[in-house]
Amino acid sequence: MTPRLTSLLAALAIAGFATGAQAQEKLKIGMLATLSGPAAVLGQHMRDGFQLGVKHLGGKLGGMEVELVVADDELKPDVGIQKVQGLLERDKVDVVVGVIFSNVMMAISKPVFDSKTVLISPNAGPSPLAGKGCSPWFVSTAWQNDQNHEAMGKYAQDKGYKKIVLLAPNYQAGKDSMAGFKRHYRGEVLEEIFNQVNQLDFSAEIAKIAALKPDAVFAFEPGGMGVNFVKQYAQAGLAGKIPFLSAFTVDETTLPATQDAAVGLHSGAQWAPNLDNPVNKKFVADFEATYKYVPALYAAQGYDAALLIDAAVKAAGGKAKDKEAMRAAVRKASFTSVRGGAFKLNTNGFPLQDVYVVKAVKRADGKYATEIVSKVFSDFADAYAKDCPLK
Amino acid sequence: MSTTLLVVQILNGLQLGVLLFLIAAGLTLVFGVMDFINLAHGVQYMLGAYLAVMFYGLTGSFLAGLVLALLAALAFGLLLEFAVFRHLYDRDHLDQVIATFGVILFLNQGVKLVWGAAPLTLPIPELFSGSVRLMDGLLYPVWRLVVIASGLVAGVLLYGLVAHTRVGMLVRAGATDAPMVSALGVDIRRLFMIVFGFGTMLAGFAGIMVAPILSVEPGMGDTILILAFVVIVIGGIGSIRGAFLAALIVGLVDTLGRSFIVDILRLVMAPSPARTVGPALASMLIYLLMALVLYVRPTGLFPAKGR
Repeated sequence: MTPRLTSLLAALAIAGFATGAQAQEKLKIGMLATLSGPAAVLGQHMRDGFQLGVKHLGGKLGGMEVELVVADDELKPDVGIQKVQGLLERDKVDVVVGVIFSNVMMAISKPVFDSKTVLISPNAGPSPLAGKGCSPWFVSTAWQNDQNHEAMGKYAQDKGYKKIVLLAPNYQAGKDSMAGFKRHYRGEVLEEIFNQVNQLDFSAEIAKIAALKPDAVFAFEPGGMGVNFVKQYAQAGLAGKIPFLSAFTVDETTLPATQDAAVGLHSGAQWAPNLDNPVNKKFVADFEATYKYVPALYAAQGYDAALLIDAAVKAAGGKAKDKEAMRAAVRKASFTSVRGGAFKLNTNGFPLQDVYVVKAVKRADGKYATEIVSKVFSDFADAYAKDCPLK
Repeated sequence: MSTTLLVVQILNGLQLGVLLFLIAAGLTLVFGVMDFINLAHGVQYMLGAYLAVMFYGLTGSFLAGLVLALLAALAFGLLLEFAVFRHLYDRDHLDQVIATFGVILFLNQGVKLVWGAAPLTLPIPELFSGSVRLMDGLLYPVWRLVVIASGLVAGVLLYGLVAHTRVGMLVRAGATDAPMVSALGVDIRRLFMIVFGFGTMLAGFAGIMVAPILSVEPGMGDTILILAFVVIVIGGIGSIRGAFLAALIVGLVDTLGRSFIVDILRLVMAPSPARTVGPALASMLIYLLMALVLYVRPTGLFPAKGR
């Protein structure tokens, strides 16, 4: 046999194998996450969490082989639209999982709903999608944006803090954060400080906080902003003096950088690595063993998204290609969440869940993580669900 | 508004100012002397910070980390000059912008591959880890004072170097008329290389000095680069003195604007709109200042002579 003929036969054999493999239908999942730029670490947590979920279910969701297509939205709404259209039209995905940021979510949700594809948000939960603009195609495995801020407002109220200073970046999510905080807080807000988005140095704001002498500070500074603010807050000697409350600021994505500067600071969260239930224990242990870092809530939400799809495909009787069947199934899907107990959805597709106060600690193994301090809300529904016409 | 708060905010402004100066100095020299737009200058700042974190991790000493990171930043700057930038000096500005922008994308991604996407940290050296009490309830970290002092010292040294040494004279002459300097028998390419290496080292130094205060993360140089361009436009391209004064002005205007604009606006409008308008206006202030300077003095406040 000539070498040429051999390679031709080999090529044919491979081609034949490939078609053979295709014959069995795969579940195509399109994941859209922010995987470049300073916020890439959030997308990385979410992706790794989701992939671990698929791995735990034996590489299959609802008994179907999974083909995952991951796209990067670069934290730009226009790029997000392009990528999601690629996922829908070129890759013809059965389910879209994404995204991290609310501005990208607002851009991509309409094309996904219009294509009648189920959209599972493992993070972003902007208020329009929870209220009047809710959609039967949308399900969240995370939270409505306000929830963790509301928990901190309630906590500050319960703690009896009379005077408080609020700090957030000057954009929509920053304003929503303050509004969420004030929904359950009845004390006096001395000042609402809006800093620039992606600000590096907070010395001016910190000096102002020190001059105002509040009982506590509430900050929403996601990503690198949070790292800078927390470090500088500690360096200015305020960490021990003025209690520091936050949401999406001190978590396992920023703790490797802030380290001791953040230890003891309080946040609002629906999940923490030490949440005591068997599903979570297995998730956290395997996550740390596989990826060599401590998962943040983004990873937990990604993991739950995988469990949700698994349960939905089962509820649809394996008819993952039937979009109407999937839409109905995703609402009925029941599984045990890393949050503990059965995962519960409100009418608007957002979870009904407990929200906690968590605290940053240095664990015995030297790694930094958040730990549950106390529960603030039980089976907490977001404030917008009542405006959602869905039943 | 108390006087102490004002003093603290002025210090904060100075600190931002000297930081901007360290970055803008290299940028203005490279732009002024070589007529070369180097967008990748901010990446050098980021690399300085990352290298410092890495060498600190290896040696466990801030000083050793500082020296090694400076040398590595210099070496990397020269490598970039040799491999990429050298071929761009004779091209027009658009080519330079595109090529150096490519370097930014490449290095931002490269940093993420090597060190990961999560922000890193560098502790403040033990000796300077304390703080001084400037006002009630606020401790001012000694490290920030060290940053201010080191920036001022670098400024004085640079001034001495440029104004009173032979290399400095050639640099100034090169900024005025590079072909003539070359015609007089000076190896202009080598001069360019020295200037470039020195500029990148200064940017790297800035990155190392702020690493203990800020988070070290991919893309950290991009925001500061824009401010550095504002500084050299206000100061006059090619002028070290201009860069120094403009950096301090920009640092002070930005910081004081952020701190007090809401309070000032509140005197003339209701608190709620003041809170909304204030931060937006504060972030525009330095650009308004730049527009004003360009209108009054199109070549900047202290242009290099002969341009």
